[in-house]
Amino acid sequence: MSDPSPARAKPTCFQELILTLQEYWARQGCLILQPFDMEMGAGTFHTATTLRALGPKPWYAAYVQPSRRPGDGRYGENPMRLQHYYQFQAILKPSPPDILERYLGSLEAIGIDTSLHDIRFVEDDWESPTLGAWGLGWEVWCDGMEITQFTYFQQVGGIEVDLVAGEITYGLERLAMYLFDKKSVYELPYNRADSDVPLTYGDVFLQNEREQSAYNFEHADTEMLFRHFADAEKECGRLIEKKLPLPAYEQCIKASHSFNLLDARGVISVAERQSYILRVRDLAKACCEAWLATQKKPAPSTAEGAA
Amino acid sequence: MAELLLELLSEEIPARMQTRAADDLKRLVCDGLKGAGIGFEQARAFATPRRLTLVIDGIPASRDDVSEEKRGPRVGAPDQAVQGFLKGAGLASLDQAEKRDTGKGEFWFAVVTKKGGPTADALPGVIDAAMKALPWPKSMKWGSSTMQWVRPLQSIVALFDGKVLKGEVSPGGQMAPIVFGATTRGHRFLSKGAFEVANFADYVAKLRSAHVILDAAERKAIILDGARKLCSDVQVTLNEDEGLLEEVAGLTEWPVPMLGAIDAQFMDVPPEVLIVSMKVHLRFFTTSGTDGKLANRFVVVANNVAGDGGKTIVAGNERVLRGRLADAKFFWDQDRKSTLESRIPGLKQIVFHAKLGTQAERVERIVKLAGEIAKAIGADAADVEQAARLCKADLVTGMVGEFPELQGIMGRYYALGEKLPASVADALGDHYAPAGPNDRCPTAPVSIAVALADKLDALTSFWSIGEKPTGSRDPFALRRAALGVIRIVVENRLRLPLRPFLKADDLLSFFAERLKVQMREKGVRHDVVDAVVSLGGEDDLVRLLARVEALQAFLGTEAGKNLLTAYGRAANIVRAEEKKDKGLAAKIAGAPDAALLEQAEEKSVASALDEVARNVKPALAAEDFAGAMAAFAGLRGPIDALFDKVTVNVTDRPEIRLNRLKLLNQIRATMDTVADFSKIEG
Repeated sequence: MSDPSPARAKPTCFQELILTLQEYWARQGCLILQPFDMEMGAGTFHTATTLRALGPKPWYAAYVQPSRRPGDGRYGENPMRLQHYYQFQAILKPSPPDILERYLGSLEAIGIDTSLHDIRFVEDDWESPTLGAWGLGWEVWCDGMEITQFTYFQQVGGIEVDLVAGEITYGLERLAMYLFDKKSVYELPYNRADSDVPLTYGDVFLQNEREQSAYNFEHADTEMLFRHFADAEKECGRLIEKKLPLPAYEQCIKASHSFNLLDARGVISVAERQSYILRVRDLAKACCEAWLATQKKPAPSTAEGAA
Repeated sequence: MAELLLELLSEEIPARMQTRAADDLKRLVCDGLKGAGIGFEQARAFATPRRLTLVIDGIPASRDDVSEEKRGPRVGAPDQAVQGFLKGAGLASLDQAEKRDTGKGEFWFAVVTKKGGPTADALPGVIDAAMKALPWPKSMKWGSSTMQWVRPLQSIVALFDGKVLKGEVSPGGQMAPIVFGATTRGHRFLSKGAFEVANFADYVAKLRSAHVILDAAERKAIILDGARKLCSDVQVTLNEDEGLLEEVAGLTEWPVPMLGAIDAQFMDVPPEVLIVSMKVHLRFFTTSGTDGKLANRFVVVANNVAGDGGKTIVAGNERVLRGRLADAKFFWDQDRKSTLESRIPGLKQIVFHAKLGTQAERVERIVKLAGEIAKAIGADAADVEQAARLCKADLVTGMVGEFPELQGIMGRYYALGEKLPASVADALGDHYAPAGPNDRCPTAPVSIAVALADKLDALTSFWSIGEKPTGSRDPFALRRAALGVIRIVVENRLRLPLRPFLKADDLLSFFAERLKVQMREKGVRHDVVDAVVSLGGEDDLVRLLARVEALQAFLGTEAGKNLLTAYGRAANIVRAEEKKDKGLAAKIAGAPDAALLEQAEEKSVASALDEVARNVKPALAAEDFAGAMAAFAGLRGPIDALFDKVTVNVTDRPEIRLNRLKLLNQIRATMDTVADFSKIEG
């Protein structure tokens, strides 16, 4: 809290929104991490959340994570749906007593004047079947618009947490559309209007949405993906045995993304779907257990005390 | 006499849990007071999104000592019993107990004194125990807590007689205890900082000036009055909705209703679609115009008094609605480009249940079943066939994909758009009905055929794979399906024997159980239903209920009551004898031997029974159940005389005894042709 950097002015574009949130959460004592360098469905998959939520060590971190949802691709034609978008995630473990006030402070920082808006906390319990994780919390509404998912983690990888992490997830594009009053994500100003080269979100990502949608729905080689899934699953198990939870977890992330791509290609039947989700969950659980084993403080030696 | 004020302040409590939690808190604290021997006059509980509050009046400031005598085991009883007694009475040894002769021997007695003293000393324990026992539907840990609460607990006001009670709640872990105090907080956005309260009246007043309305009933009234006023100002009518009102009152501490408008471009989308978006997704109240149709205004209830009079809030909500409706309109326009018929192949892609195949296979079964039902109830075969074939087609439309709760409803709209027969379109919309006990039943023949087929297929299919409801587990809502069938058949008075459609015998008894539950809810005596159902074999529900009605009416008459008594006496004697002699039942089956009937009273009962049997048979065949019951009235006199004059269990002549038992058994058997009277309770 002693950080002297002045609060920046209200953001006017997508990148300033990110910068503002980073500075705000840095001032709250969070590490500012960088995105995890693999394809994942949500910021929760980042080791900074999934793994760090477990074990007895405190952990404050914030980061942007590109989130890949192959099935949500719309070839750039839907103004609100993307197969690649950004989440901003702050995780505070153990959750401090004033976490909601801190969160509301972040809204003020990005330019939401809470005296003009209607902010409400609407019950929403979060669950990730693939991560074997759940928590209780809210969707935060601003004038009826969901702008944040707020969760107190209770279980991750099927394991009850030692310390409860408060997880705050902002869907950045949706929030920016709200702040900058844009009907289409592609119209969002990416950088400032007075920049040398002012660009929109569409300038940066529209082509990517078109091509990646075509890949996700039409061209992804399903045989290869099935193979990748099986390979990653096998490799993950082998690495768990070697007591290497971090590389093992990366294989779990790979398996999960291969599954998402296969699902988008429509080659997984409803009946099979559940079994794939369970297979990923088994990997995630094994990784979480192996990670936790590295985090526990060594048991105090009782022999000395007895003597 | 003093007042206890308790407030548990937390982060936002889910709306659906608030009322129940406040009631539970009241119950648990009151039970705790009673258990501690503390009297009180009145307890009231309140809930807002952030607090549970309890105020209890008329608590005495102190309690007297209470002594209580406990009787222990007999003197000289085994040590185990003695130890148990000492532990229960809180004594260290038998020296502290006394021996007393009760007249039935010498027993140990203990005199236990519960110390009285200031009530304030006992209250913290009562509060702590109540908090630990409070049953949240879902609770959580926070920070490093080991304690569970619905959301993080922040502070506790605990005042007795204006003074802070000495106590605290420890969340556990590294967390600081939450010490009982006198300070609380107001509205999250409309008030700053904490403030101290002196008692309940002061608390309510200070909360109000800190923009918190404590009483949910008052918040509801503010919402309702405000919303009605806003509506009448623009000549529309508020569509009142108690469930939504309850929820919105649980989302606001300072409710402010505001009026918004629906963009004109969306008003030709079906109203059900607009209503789902507004009511379910955004918690808006909808409105109607003077023509009764959905109007283009809505009421949103904010939890804030905005500096700009709410302009930003209304504009924001309108924009969110516009976004949702733009999606809905897109689907509405897209979906109408394809016919329902063309969507049928898509059903092959949707798995209904892993063991029961796809929706396409389910539709095939429904078509076949609906055809058979159509024949039985005289519905148009071609219309039924088409409606059954199309009934699930809307599952593959974009709209139902996005708004699953609109299944059926969208099918109807798309069918009407394609100019399919209205009866077919209505059947698509109606075939899931009734969705609950208060939902209406379809009445048009085509709708009835498809709605019955839909439910009967679900029941027989899940039955065939062993997925039967057990206890509270009914994942496929089969109880609701059976009740739906019952209501459709009964309310339309369909003469449709169910057995051919049910395939399994235990499915018929499942229906009987559902029927009993339903009749009980309608106030029909359950034993009367039981008496008819347990005859077995009746699968025509209309006929079954006619019999129930006639029996209930008959039992209300003097003749009915007396006959029931006579039946009970006859049955009791037979049953008592059957108990003594296991083989008796077989020996006394069938009609008594006329040659062995000695006394006039026996003979007159026998002939009365013959007469009844002769009259009952045609009455039953004609489904004249009242007539059948009336035929019994003539039995009463002869039976009364029989019991007065005839000894059944004559000891010296076994063949006479057996014949008389046959006669009694015949009374039972004859009456049981109409209903199993043994099920009737007094």
